[in-house]
Formats: sequence, C-alpha cells, structure tokens
Amino acid sequence: MNPQLIMDGLIAGAMIGLGAIGITLTYSILRFANFAHGEMISWGAYLALAASSLFGTLSGALLKPIGPFSFGWSLPLAVLVAVALTAGLALLVDTLLFGLLRKHRSAIIIMVMASFGASLALRSLLEFIFTSKPVYFSKALQIALPLGGGLRATPDQMLALAIAALLVIAVHILLTRTAIGRSMRAVSENQQLAGVAGIDVRKVIRTVWVLGAGLACIAGVMAGLLVQIRPYMGFDLLLPLFAAAILGGIGSVPGAMLAGLIVGLAEALGVQLIGAEWRAAVAFIILVFVLLLRPQGLFGRAE
Amino acid sequence: MQPVADAPSDTPHGPLVEARDLVKQFGGLRAVDHMSIALHRGEMVGLIGPNGAGKTTLFNLIAGSLNPTSGSIRIGGVEVAQERPERRIARGIGRTFQIPRPFAEMTVLENVLTGSQGQSGERIWTNFLQPGRVAAEERQAVEKARALLDFVKLSGLEAEPARVLSGGQRKLLELARVLMADPETILLDEPAAGVNPTLLELIIDRVLELNGQGKSILLIEHNMDMVARLCGRVVVMAAGKLLTEGAPDDVSRNRTVIEAYLGEVAA
Amino acid sequence: MSVELVAYVAFFLTMALTYAVMCLGLNVQWGQTGLFNVGVAGFVAIGAYVSALLTTPDAPDRFGGFGLPILVGWLGAALATGLASFLVGWLTIRLRADYLAIATFGVAVTVQLVALNLQSVTGGPFGIGFIPRPFANLAGDPLAFSLLNLGVLIVVVVLLYLALEHLLRSPWGRVLRAIREDETAALALGKNATRFRLQAFAIGGAIMGLAGATQAHFVGFIAPDNYVPLLTFQVWAMLIVGGSGNNRGAILGAVLVWGIWAASAGAIASLFPPDQQARAAALRIVLIGVGLCAILLLRPRGILGEERVVSRHLARLKPSHRVASRPTPPDS
Ligand SMILES: Nc1ncnc2c1ncn2[C@@H]1O[C@H](COP(=O)(O)OP(=O)(O)OP(=O)(O)O)[C@@H](O)[C@H]1O
Ligand SMILES: [Mg+2]
Repeated sequence: MNPQLIMDGLIAGAMIGLGAIGITLTYSILRFANFAHGEMISWGAYLALAASSLFGTLSGALLKPIGPFSFGWSLPLAVLVAVALTAGLALLVDTLLFGLLRKHRSAIIIMVMASFGASLALRSLLEFIFTSKPVYFSKALQIALPLGGGLRATPDQMLALAIAALLVIAVHILLTRTAIGRSMRAVSENQQLAGVAGIDVRKVIRTVWVLGAGLACIAGVMAGLLVQIRPYMGFDLLLPLFAAAILGGIGSVPGAMLAGLIVGLAEALGVQLIGAEWRAAVAFIILVFVLLLRPQGLFGRAE
Repeated sequence: MQPVADAPSDTPHGPLVEARDLVKQFGGLRAVDHMSIALHRGEMVGLIGPNGAGKTTLFNLIAGSLNPTSGSIRIGGVEVAQERPERRIARGIGRTFQIPRPFAEMTVLENVLTGSQGQSGERIWTNFLQPGRVAAEERQAVEKARALLDFVKLSGLEAEPARVLSGGQRKLLELARVLMADPETILLDEPAAGVNPTLLELIIDRVLELNGQGKSILLIEHNMDMVARLCGRVVVMAAGKLLTEGAPDDVSRNRTVIEAYLGEVAA
Repeated sequence: MSVELVAYVAFFLTMALTYAVMCLGLNVQWGQTGLFNVGVAGFVAIGAYVSALLTTPDAPDRFGGFGLPILVGWLGAALATGLASFLVGWLTIRLRADYLAIATFGVAVTVQLVALNLQSVTGGPFGIGFIPRPFANLAGDPLAFSLLNLGVLIVVVVLLYLALEHLLRSPWGRVLRAIREDETAALALGKNATRFRLQAFAIGGAIMGLAGATQAHFVGFIAPDNYVPLLTFQVWAMLIVGGSGNNRGAILGAVLVWGIWAASAGAIASLFPPDQQARAAALRIVLIGVGLCAILLLRPRGILGEERVVSRHLARLKPSHRVASRPTPPDS
C-alpha cells in the first residue's frame, strides 16, 4: 500500500470523524438523523472565509503566513468567529424548526424530513450568496514535508490532524467527566426520566447543537484549507458522515472518530484501486456492510 | 360449573401451554424471576399478584411480545421461547392487552376483521388475480365478525371508528378481535379493570361461555370475586416469582398470599 | 385557444403526471406505510435507465440497447426498481426507522455516481438519447402528438390510481393500516409487520421506477443531472402539499407543485439579470425548502389530508364520519 494513501485517508477521515460526532450526538440525544448537518460544515467554512477576509481587509498584517503554514492570523481568529456563528445558526434552525416540531410532538420521521428540507434550503442559500464557484482560504501552494517511511504531509495537514485529535479528546472528556456530559448521557438514555430527575433537557439540547455545529465548522475549515470551499462540500460529506456515525455506534464519540478514520482510509484505498470518481460509493458499501453485519456499530449496544 | 382440581388431560406431550423457569431481565430489574406455569386444555386459570409482580410481563413472554432472557416456553409440546410474536397466533395463542390497543382510526368491524387468519386477500396479487375468491372470503369473514360483535354486544357500533369506544367497550372489542382468529388458548389481561358492573357481568358471562366451548383461558385479574367465580385454579406471583397456587379459596386464606397481596389491601 | 397553447398545456400536464406517478409511489411508502425514502431520485433514475437500455436501438459505444417495445421497457423498469427497493428494504426495515432514510439516501448518491461514471452502460454525463417516444410517427403533428402522449399518461395514472385504491381497500391494505396504527397489536394478531412493510416499499419503488421510465420516454433523453436530490425533494413537496395518505392528494399535489415550480421559474428569472440566473435558480430552491418546512409546521396534513379508508365490502355501511365530535354512543 502506498504510504501516501494512509496520510490522505487519515486527513479525510479526521474531517469525517469531526462531522460524524455531531451526527451521532444529535442522533442519540434528539433521536433523529439530521440531514442538515452537512450544511453546518459548508456554512462553517463560508463563514470562516468571510470573517477571514474581513480581518484581512482590516489589517494586512493578519494575512502574513504564520510560520510554515499557508495562512495568517486572520484564519485562526476567523475560526473563533465562525464557530460561534455556526453554533448560532444551528440554534436558530432549532428554534425555528426542530424546536417547534418537538413542541408539536411530531414523529421522528417528520423531523428527519424537516432536516432534509432545511438542508436543501441552507445549501441553496449558500449557492445564492456565494454562487457555486469554488473558493479558497489561500492560494499559496505548500510543499509536503517528508515524515519518514515514505510518508509526506504539508504543515497544514499535520496541524489539521493534531487539532482533530485534540478536539476528540476534549469532547470525550467533556462527555465523561463533566456535569453537562453526564446530563447528556442521561438524556440519551431516557429523556423523560432525565427530565423528571431534574436535568435541564433544554440546556442539553442547546449543548448538542453548539457542540455539533462547532465541530462541523472546524471540519469545514479544514476541508476548505486542504481542498476547497463549495456550497456542496458538506452535502457531499453527508453519506460518509452517516456511515461513520453508524459504524462507530450511535452515541459514541470515540466510535464516531475511529469510524471516520476507517471510512477515510477506505475511501483513500478505494480511490487508489478503482478510481477517484467512485469515492462516494465507498461510504455506501461500508454502510451496507454495517447494516448487514453489525447494525449497532462497533461501540453501540444491541437494541 | 367449574372444572376444578383435576384438569382434563392434554396433548400427549403434556400441558397445552407450559412455561418453565422463565426469566425476563429489564436492565437491572428482574421482572420475571424463574417463574413456571402450566395451562391444561380446557382449563381456566387465574393469575394474580400485587402490582408490578410481573404478571403482564409473563403474558408478554407467553404471547411472544417479548423474548425471555432465559427459560423455556412450550406450546403443544413445541419450544417457542425465541420465536417471533406474529408466529404465536398460528400456535393457537391469542391475547388481549391490559390497556386495550384497538386500531383507533379503523371501524369497529374492521378491527375485528384484522383478527382473521390466512385470508387470501392479504396477498397482493390475489386481489387482482382472484378478486372473486377474495370477495367471497371477505363476506364470510364479515359474517363471522358480525356474529362476534353480537357476542360482545357491540353490533350497533360496527361502523364507528374504534376511538369512540369506552374503556370497557374496548376490552370487549379486543376480545372479539382475538376470537376472530379462533385461538385455542386466550390470555386475558385484566378484562374487568375499569369496567362498569353491567359490562363486567357481560364479560364474565362471555368468558365463561368461551371456556364452556372448550377454550383454555389464562386470566390476570385483581378482582378476587371474579377470579373465584371463574377459575378452578389460581396461580399467585410476587416479585416475579411463583408464590403459591391452588384453589381460589385456599389461596385467599394462604398467609403468605395475604401478606404479599391481600395484606396490602387490608392495610 | 391556439394550437400552441393547447400543445403547451398538454406538455405541461404530461410532465406533471409523470411526477404524479412518482408521488403515488411515494404515497404507498410514506403515506400508507410510514416509510421514509430520501432517495426517490435514485429509484426514479433506475427505472429511467433500465427502460432506456431495454428500448433504445443498439448503440455501438455502450452496452445495449435492445430495441425492445416501450411497454417491455416500462415493465422492466418497474421490476428492476421494485427489486432494488426490496433489497434496500430488506436490509433496513427491520432496523430503526431512520436507517431506511439513510440507506435510501445512499442509494440515490450511488445511483447518481453509477449513472455518471459507468459510461459503458449509462452513457456517462451525457446520458442516453434517442429513447423511443410513444407515437413518434406523429411527431410531425405537434397537437396530436402531445395530446396522445397526455392520453398515455392519463391512462397510466388512472390505472395506477384504481389499482392502488383497490389494494388499499383490500385485506392487504387493512393489515397495512393496522400495522401503522399499532404494530404490537397487529403482531399479536399474527400479522408479519416486516413483510407487509417490505411489500409496500417494493411496490412504491416499482411505481417510482415506472414513473422514471414514462418520463424518460416522454422527454426522449436522460442524463444523470435529471436525478439530483432536488427531484426527491420536489416529489416530497408534492405529496405533502397534496396530502400524504391520499392518492387523489398525491396527484393533485403533483400538478399543483409542478405548476408553481414552472411558474416560479419565469417569475424569479425575470427579477434577476441574465448573468445572475444561477443565483435565481438557487433562490427558487431556498423558497421551496422553506415552504416545505413551513407546511410541515403549519399544515402537516396537506390540502386534502388523509382520508379514512374502509375496506371495500364494508363501504356501503357509510359510517358517520363526524362521530369523533359526538360523545361516546350508548351501548345498544
Ligand atoms: N418494557 C419494560 N421495560 C422496563 N421495565 C418493565 C417493562 N415492562 C415491565 N417492566 C417492569 O417490570 C415489572 C413488572 O411489570 P408488570 O407489568 O409485569 O407487572 P404486573 O404484575 O402486570 O402489574 P399490574 O398488576 O400493575 O398490571 C414492573 O416493575 C415494571 O415496571
Ligand atoms: Mg399488568
């Protein structure tokens, strides 16, 4: 196997994993498959792009590349802004749509359908505002550095991997070691009981959206930095995200990340073996095999 | 009037329905705990016990709605513990629910019709290829369903959606619906709970008549009077376990039963 | 009325009726069974491509075509799509409800990918042309041609409608309704819920395949671009607007939404300068997306709503449909 393939797979997998964490959290706590999650990735990337160019026009110095990286301080600053804005967008959609549907006690499948509608609207809105032409954070080309063993990676890629790893550990600690994490797990076990036991279910729901959207935004920025930014970038990731969330076991954050890496590596392998144009089919094949052989996923519990 | 103590003989394999050493675990809670029970052909057995004793759960296991964690269930000598619920009616087991589950938006008559078994109209193609056969079967089914509605005194309501029925009427509708399938054995979960005295007499009457027709009946009931009138044998459950069993009079005088069950009423 | 106008209206209605067929298929899956299919476009595409392969004249640069009669193509399309739906349903219906949604989404993505990349069968991005059109020998006379095509679609829709209503009022339909209302009770009565759901899903899929085939033969060529998620979304909007669970609603919704869609194209396009038309198209989709969400929130039952269906042999009883508001009738 080409070692470079491992690097590509890991990087794609890290982005899938970050997105899949959001899917798995909404699925286990709000109990529906959120088809609009891909749009949080795209919106995150575009919001970061907009904020970054704004900072750039305010001060040209912010555009000067930091050390070996392809971007200046405008980007990290913009990411902070974009994470907040994407989380705000998710909360807004929840208030206007999912929250109202919950209040009407709509069936789960109505929520799924609404998320499908929201996905289409949000995506086309991006297309309306930014057109479908791809855009980039930076046009600068980066040299890939040898890492030994034939492995090469650009500084941007290594940074992305490191950040993804840190984020997963942070989220895992948040879920297992903090009060809000315990509340989240309680709600995912049994919403009614948790409500009765005095857990603030609405706060838990808000946390899920903020966390999911924030991670999606960062995944979007990584995808934008390493590939490109397009209105469809999130939607095209949706199938790998679902495949990873189910493979990892619904509700499991480490599972989602691990499964994201598996999907990413499998995609890289698929690209190598049968060609880049078939990349999207890899996630579908994984999905079919998981549903066939182990529908509860790697870390999920059988129902 | 009551087929007491010595139950009629059964299949060559033993009792009609026999559960042995059943366990059902819900997370940390063991709702049914090494429980055994047998029902013989033509027998009417009462199953009593305090709230939460595990009676309904035991029913769900026998009726297949739940699969036991461990233990064996034999129907007519065949092991069925892990079989799927929809197979149970073909084995002759019909059940009603403690909280009735009518198909609310369907008419009363249609509710009863859903109980019919093996209609060729349940296959897609037969509806187009042999419409005459489907229609003929349907006419027969409707006739039978009407007779059953008559039996439970719901005839006047057959065209109404089931949601308009009162609680007691729903219990009767469920009874008619399960009778449509001609089960040999009927599991009745508190058929008299929340039912007014006139309907109660009707239900008792109908249950007796069914038993007279040879149907074996397992009856969960909190109303001891009713159990005493209907059942020759009573099985008492508490905390998922078999507490004791025997004739109704003996059971209601039994000290442990009074402590576990009747005692809580007296207190 | 001028000939052009009649021909245009006939064209519009024919197109709308092909969507009505998709809608009828989706109604079997969702309206009557509660199965959520996010991959309508994929199933429609399967039907379109299968029929095109079966009926087009032999092409040197790709597999097929087989030059078979149009009706064979349509039948083949329905069978192939029904089979594909059966497999997807078999895989997921026994699992949690939204796994079916995710799997059908995967089907749509994958079908799109195959259509785009399996050039030797599907013709790749340019698709398949020269799909035989019914009454092609009359193409010289636009009026007769479009009216006859409309006639074909009307016959298809009417036949399908009658067949579906027949099924809905049969014992099969009754079991399906029972399962939807209370699965536990239906299981206790010996009804194999998984089997009935699977059948409904396969039938719905077959109908979508048929829709794809009729549309392909009406338009005359197909390409992967026709089967993007937007199509799925339009069909959903049609069903929800018309009233899911109601076959007449499905047809009405298709005509109505297709009308709004066609009209909004003109309206929005005229608001934007020529170089901004891509944007205009995007805005149109935003509006439809928001519209669907609004309907889900405000009027989830659609225009016609679900009608109460009673099995055929009981229909003459004609229950009083308003009983719900009356107090419980006394025991007679
Ligand atoms: N699906 C379930 N999941 C978890 N616990 C359950 C479930 N069903 C029943 N239980 C628990 O099992 C125990 C036995 O319940 P069951 O309904 O069998 O009692 P019962 O004897 O029928 O009581 P009652 O006379 O009140 O109807 C109860 O503690 C109940 O809470
Ligand atoms: Mg009970």
